[in-house]
Amino acid sequence: MSGQPSSPTRRRLLMAAPLVVAGGVGVGFWRMLSGMTRGSFDPHDIHAPALNRPVPDFALPDQAPGTGFSAADLRGLKAPVLVNYFASWCIPCVAEMPVLNALKDRLPIWGIAYKDKPEHALGFVQRAGNPYARIASDHDGLAAIDWGVSGVPETFLIGPGGIIRWHTASPITEAMITNTIMPLADSLKP
Amino acid sequence: MNPELGNFALALACCMAAGQAILPLIGASRRDARLMALAPALAVGQMIALITSFACLIHAAITNDFSVQNVAANSAVSKPLLYKITGVWGNHEGSVLLWAMILSICGGAVALFGRNLPSALQARVIAVLGGVAAGFELFCLTTSNPFARVWPAPMDGQGMNPLLQDPGLAFHPPILYTGYVGFAVPFAFAIAALIEGRVDAAWGRWVRPWAVAAWCFLTCGIAMGSWWSYYVLGWGGYWFWDPVENASLIPWLTGTALVHSAIVVEKREALKIWTVLLAIGTFSFSLSGTFLVRSGILNSVHAFANDPARGVFILGLLALVIGGSLLLFAIRAPQLTAGGLFAPVSREGLLVLNNILLCSICAVVLTGTMYPPFMSLLFGKTISVGKPFFDATTIPLAIPLMVFMGFGPMMPWKRAQMWPVLRRLWWAACVTALALVVATFQMREILPVLATATAVWVICSSIADIAERLRLFRQPLGQSWQRARSLPRAVFGAAMAHAGVGIVVLGIAGMSQAAHRIVEVHVGQSEMLAGDSWTLTDVKPAIGPNYTALVATIEVRHNGKLVTTLHPSKRNFASQHQTTTEVAIHTNLMADIYGVLGDKHGDDANPTYVLRLHYNPLAPWMWLGGLIMAFGGALSLSDRRVRVGAPRRAKTVDVVVVQ
Repeated sequence: MSGQPSSPTRRRLLMAAPLVVAGGVGVGFWRMLSGMTRGSFDPHDIHAPALNRPVPDFALPDQAPGTGFSAADLRGLKAPVLVNYFASWCIPCVAEMPVLNALKDRLPIWGIAYKDKPEHALGFVQRAGNPYARIASDHDGLAAIDWGVSGVPETFLIGPGGIIRWHTASPITEAMITNTIMPLADSLKP
Repeated sequence: MNPELGNFALALACCMAAGQAILPLIGASRRDARLMALAPALAVGQMIALITSFACLIHAAITNDFSVQNVAANSAVSKPLLYKITGVWGNHEGSVLLWAMILSICGGAVALFGRNLPSALQARVIAVLGGVAAGFELFCLTTSNPFARVWPAPMDGQGMNPLLQDPGLAFHPPILYTGYVGFAVPFAFAIAALIEGRVDAAWGRWVRPWAVAAWCFLTCGIAMGSWWSYYVLGWGGYWFWDPVENASLIPWLTGTALVHSAIVVEKREALKIWTVLLAIGTFSFSLSGTFLVRSGILNSVHAFANDPARGVFILGLLALVIGGSLLLFAIRAPQLTAGGLFAPVSREGLLVLNNILLCSICAVVLTGTMYPPFMSLLFGKTISVGKPFFDATTIPLAIPLMVFMGFGPMMPWKRAQMWPVLRRLWWAACVTALALVVATFQMREILPVLATATAVWVICSSIADIAERLRLFRQPLGQSWQRARSLPRAVFGAAMAHAGVGIVVLGIAGMSQAAHRIVEVHVGQSEMLAGDSWTLTDVKPAIGPNYTALVATIEVRHNGKLVTTLHPSKRNFASQHQTTTEVAIHTNLMADIYGVLGDKHGDDANPTYVLRLHYNPLAPWMWLGGLIMAFGGALSLSDRRVRVGAPRRAKTVDVVVVQ
């Protein structure tokens, strides 16, 4: 500011720095936009990265009326399992419960109660029917950060060895089950 | 007054803006008085054309002309008249036109009120504004034309997003945009100065009122936006660090830095290059923030028409405006001469510190906002950066900023000593220490306690500053009154703006102590929160002009005495299949009692309702403080030193500084 850089070259370089930074950012924006037009870049799809990776490390306490589970339980799996993040205060979660209840006999579903008081989560599954083979409580939402969950409901299809094979950040629908989840789950069965 | 006239006026404005961008520049470089004289004429002409164009769009909305696509998509016969008008800027196309209109008004204002500027400088400033305006008008005409027709015209429109159907939001965009766009004027001054290769005290004096005016509008706009999210979204919060919110905060931070560094240019002819860069940066952030949100790159809860094709146009425009100005800066700034040396402990020194801290806060907010898309682009990793990051990075920078803010106005220019300044602030320091002790017992968490103490410090030191200047209680009150009358209004304005910051921070600290509960209750059931008993006494259906509603009655009692009766409701807008929650807020200015009606559970015979109950201490202070800040800015604008006495160049003008 008041102390001037000594040499004129240094001064010039310093003054050109904002242009260089803005240029770099501009190129980045341009690549994002062209990616968006081509469909290869979607800033709204915040969850893709977990795909085809092992589930994150976590160990969660029991949530009544079920028993909790940890990363080790998922990694030890031989058959696919659906992991569903839910909360009693979430409206779309209510909407997907009938679908999950219909699905539970064809595919095991494990639930994680997200930022929910245990008694509220219990009340929720009692009211809406309990599709979950096991339920864990992520009371402070810390495991959810590692999973990349940004809101509820979110659902992951976990393949053998605890690899995340599929993911959605919207309520499960009949169409999803017939078109995506079941075909994928069947192909993952040993 | 028909859409074709509007479209024609827009095209005409675009042509005039193009002329305004080119001819005066040629005139200024050739010293051709006739070409330079075209600048104000074209700027005023463009302003009139755009106002006409905007009036045509409003007319189409009021008269339910659904052959205009924009009206069909965003309005409906049943919509209340007020929202037919405000709905014009509640969508992408209309808001771009509003943006362009405000920009043209800025150009017109420089033409009309800038008669005391040297003609070459005025011509260049208007030319730069014309160039930016031409770009936006072209954008409006080509990719987002608000006058596009649809055939056959529908009988009724689709109506407006009900969330936007709110008086707070209706007037929020024009105010916020005036803030954003207003920074185009300091930007144009910066570019003109770079072309001329000269920045001096007079330049600082011309720029500062424009920067302060834009800053006032932006402050007001941000306060309104946060107020809106507080009482419309029904989440009980006021600032979510959403990219759209950050897009307004970033230019506010650099704009605040600009307002302060321009003082140093004006009074001491130092920090010139830095001030020019801030002026360019502030407008660049205004532009890129608002428009990147529309391109869909930034992920936000605020739904705007996301269209990559528009994004490409905008990016091209940004490249021209920002890239061009930074290129000019890189070439010309090294030639600007620096002046005015000063000691680190001085008013300038503190203003430099203020700039460093404000720009650091800006840098972390920018990083947090841009990190997710760039991580996703570079490494294919998706992350979301949320409130914990922003709180953890901005608060530790804001606290020292507030501490220094208390000293700043008392410091003499050039070289100062700490001791006399500290001695004048002794009672402010005592009150702060007391606040620190009280807050520690009340709050127990370190950051709110520090925030409270620094806020009290800022408020007290602002009062101390004024009291000191008036020699209050050290001489007869009559003499103090005489001093008050001769004291420049800018001094009161600055003290007020600073105190406003303190009040906002107190509000934020108070909100950090807010209590809330989500309960599920039957009618007649009571719940306790923050020492009050909340009883749901009734839930009734109601019918509005374009919605049906369910209205709850909640009685809030403190020790059995009725404090207030709240009527939160849920509205169902059939034409949009959308439900909105209408929050009920009772305030006594020290705390808000805030109730939200949630979902209905159970069967109709025995229903239960989800209620969200909030007790928000000091919440109204945030918006009150914002208004006080903006008012402080306005007060300093009304200072006669700003209005009277056209600064003259070439000769050094002695500015009489009343200390």
